[in-house]
Amino acid sequence: MSGIDALAARIRADLGPDQVLTDRQQLRTYECDGLAHYKVIPALVALPRTAAQAAAVVRACAAAGVPFVARGSGTGLSGGALPHADGVLIVTSQLRDILEMRPADERAVVQPGVINLQVTQAATPHGYYYAPDPSSQQICSIGGNVAENSGGAHCLKYGFTTNHVTALEVVTPDGELVRLGGAAPDVPGYDLVGAFVGSEGTLGVATEVTVRLTRLPETVRTLLAAFHGTDQAGAATSAIIAAGVVPAAIEMMDALSIEAAEAAVHCGYPAGAGAVLVVELDGPSAEVDAQFDEVTALCEKNGAFEIRVAADDTERQLIWRGRKSAFAAVGRISPDYIVQDGVIPRTALPEVLRRITEVASSQGVRVANVFHAGDGNLHPLVLFDDRVPGEAERAETVSGAILDLCIEYGGSITGEHGVGVDKARYMPRMFSDTDLDTMQLVRCAFDPDGLANPGKVFPTPRLCGERPGRRQGAFEHEGAEVF
Amino acid sequence: MSVLDDLAVKAGDDDVVCGMPARFVAAPASAREAAALIAAARDLTVVIRGGGTRLQQGPPPRDLDLIIDTRRMAGVVEHAAGDLITVVRAGTPMAELHRLPGQQLALDAPAGATAGGTVAANTSGPRRLRYGTARDLLIGITVVRPDGRIAKSGGKVVKNVAGYDLGKLYTGSFGTLGLITECVFRLHPVPVTTAVVRATAAPTHVAAVLSAQLAPSAIEINAAPGAEPEIAVLLEGTPAGVRDRAATLARLLGGDVTTEPPSWWDTPPDPPGGLALKLTATLSRVPDLVAAAVGAGLTVRGSAGTGVLYAGAPAGADTVAEVVASVRAAATAAGGHAVVLSAPDGTRDGLDMWGPVPGLDLMRRVKERFDPDHRFAPGRFVGGI
Repeated sequence: MSGIDALAARIRADLGPDQVLTDRQQLRTYECDGLAHYKVIPALVALPRTAAQAAAVVRACAAAGVPFVARGSGTGLSGGALPHADGVLIVTSQLRDILEMRPADERAVVQPGVINLQVTQAATPHGYYYAPDPSSQQICSIGGNVAENSGGAHCLKYGFTTNHVTALEVVTPDGELVRLGGAAPDVPGYDLVGAFVGSEGTLGVATEVTVRLTRLPETVRTLLAAFHGTDQAGAATSAIIAAGVVPAAIEMMDALSIEAAEAAVHCGYPAGAGAVLVVELDGPSAEVDAQFDEVTALCEKNGAFEIRVAADDTERQLIWRGRKSAFAAVGRISPDYIVQDGVIPRTALPEVLRRITEVASSQGVRVANVFHAGDGNLHPLVLFDDRVPGEAERAETVSGAILDLCIEYGGSITGEHGVGVDKARYMPRMFSDTDLDTMQLVRCAFDPDGLANPGKVFPTPRLCGERPGRRQGAFEHEGAEVF
Repeated sequence: MSVLDDLAVKAGDDDVVCGMPARFVAAPASAREAAALIAAARDLTVVIRGGGTRLQQGPPPRDLDLIIDTRRMAGVVEHAAGDLITVVRAGTPMAELHRLPGQQLALDAPAGATAGGTVAANTSGPRRLRYGTARDLLIGITVVRPDGRIAKSGGKVVKNVAGYDLGKLYTGSFGTLGLITECVFRLHPVPVTTAVVRATAAPTHVAAVLSAQLAPSAIEINAAPGAEPEIAVLLEGTPAGVRDRAATLARLLGGDVTTEPPSWWDTPPDPPGGLALKLTATLSRVPDLVAAAVGAGLTVRGSAGTGVLYAGAPAGADTVAEVVASVRAAATAAGGHAVVLSAPDGTRDGLDMWGPVPGLDLMRRVKERFDPDHRFAPGRFVGGI
């Protein structure tokens, strides 16, 4: 029996025969996540139904020295859940119960396979919701959100997954079930929940997540403002921020992404718009009404030629539909495209947009731009036709150049999609060797054998070397004399 | 001359941490100098000192050769108002960051506290209800590791998921993982108008304030044995909005609208030589925990709207262990924790000041990786870390 066969037998015995897949056709279903141009067929897939079963799978992997990768709904856009060819893919979709709904504590306890939107749906009757709202919230899982520290359109005001997770139960890479954090705030000790959220599956597998519930706002008001170009829309965004308003969301789309959204979902955005802003304010009516007038005036002052205010929920959803469909919609105007995710300081927006246009035209490639304008998170969509020789490479060049621009302007190579397998090679452009080495000290503390999602986040793994407890040679600092 | 000879001076009478005197004190002026100092101090045990506002809290270090004072590493490096961020050196007084032009770091801290110390001690105050705590507002960090290497994580943009978030790990690490030299914070606009609604009301009324649509920035309580319990709520926003919300809230609580917070606002009870605790609870159990603490003779204040309370009493040394045990049991039952911040002389050794902590084994493993020789604040942290 080969190593993998023995491992499959052990996991089958621990879980159940129908919870382990080894048939190549079935395994192929899991060969990629949302970033479909990376494909690897895993050696086997395990589908645990309880936290104890998930721990048993990891224990079996640890004993056999076999790597494992956790996967939620597989919607990730950086290849974070890309399987390991010789490893086990642990799919959390069977861990799908909301365990506790505690509105009086502003907490819910859920399993990792629960879908993001289900938490909000379960909390809404109590007057609460789960604030992080990635565009994929109808299908993405809370466990995946924890791994990626997912954001969403409303994180400008409400923060990211990391600001809304207070406790975790995790399987450590040696197969132990451990609780981190708590339902109450400020749990004593290192903030290991904070370290774990966003670690992209490299520190273990979350099996239970305690999330913060947020009070549904009394009022939500949404407007769509059409501008002649992105410079004006950017100036309006800056003016809103400078006025001291913190909207729940400010989203921008440029002409090409508007064209795509129009073709796909007929959102009816104003004709001739070179850019649109979607601005949403929420909170107590007494505050929102005053601020909404101010935002409207600032949009007009900065050149908005048409402003539509959503009169009700239906109109609000119509405004959002164009924005939320933008990624997929680009498929209507281009056979292939790369979804990029980078961050710049908001104030650099006009300059960076000009430079993206320059790079794109120098390569003969079109770029559609969709942004979370309020926090400087860019989602340029680089369009290409794979059938045209060389075009995919040129698109890749433009996509990489956009990340270099983000770094040059003091931003980040990823605002919400994660590093995964896709951007690990860019990490050294943003961080020094020592920075990456320091992050991997945490990795070594959790996973000294490097079995949890290897090959992701870090371009080169750190050898964890000597086990804790033994003295390491102190680092000799440049120029420092030692007495 | 070594860096140590250059920078370290003999400790004075005040260079003491929880009763443990230091041998030397050094105040580096830059991250680079601090890194050289730490590399040169490889055989010394170290405690880091900012404004010293929390230095006498918690267990004493097992050993103390060198205090590294951060206050020469001060100043705002950058305030990008349009991007709502600031980059500051660790020794910068928080007071400076509370009044940046038109903006603020919305993180309450006691007078004299530094930015680095506030992060290291995870200090927060009333406005955490609206703005969160250091972990939510810190978006980038630079540290000197115990081996003397300079490392950073995060950056200057709020939205950023590249790499591990070491800022979270260093927040509340009490100097046990190395020296914080620079912090990048998210800022907020200064509110146009504020109002405080005060009422004589039991902590059970906090739930009604939370579920009303009033978006308070802080909900604080004050309760003590034999006194009427009080609630004070901070509202921030537009003039018209604050006026309307304050009026609604005053009706809800049967209280008054004022411009100033009460004298006990953001003032944890900490009688000299007495007992001081930080207590946490899940929101629905806050009233139970307050009742238990008051029943044990403690004055209780704090952020009832977030489940974080501070309690204190001029307790005699003979009753401390008993009071801590009873209040800790109440906090545990309420889904939270009880941490002893300070205790009468002679009682600290006998107390488990941090109390039980989930995930302690993983925490020890993190400490081993960052500080394998246990030189930084040895014994000051949870589980003797």
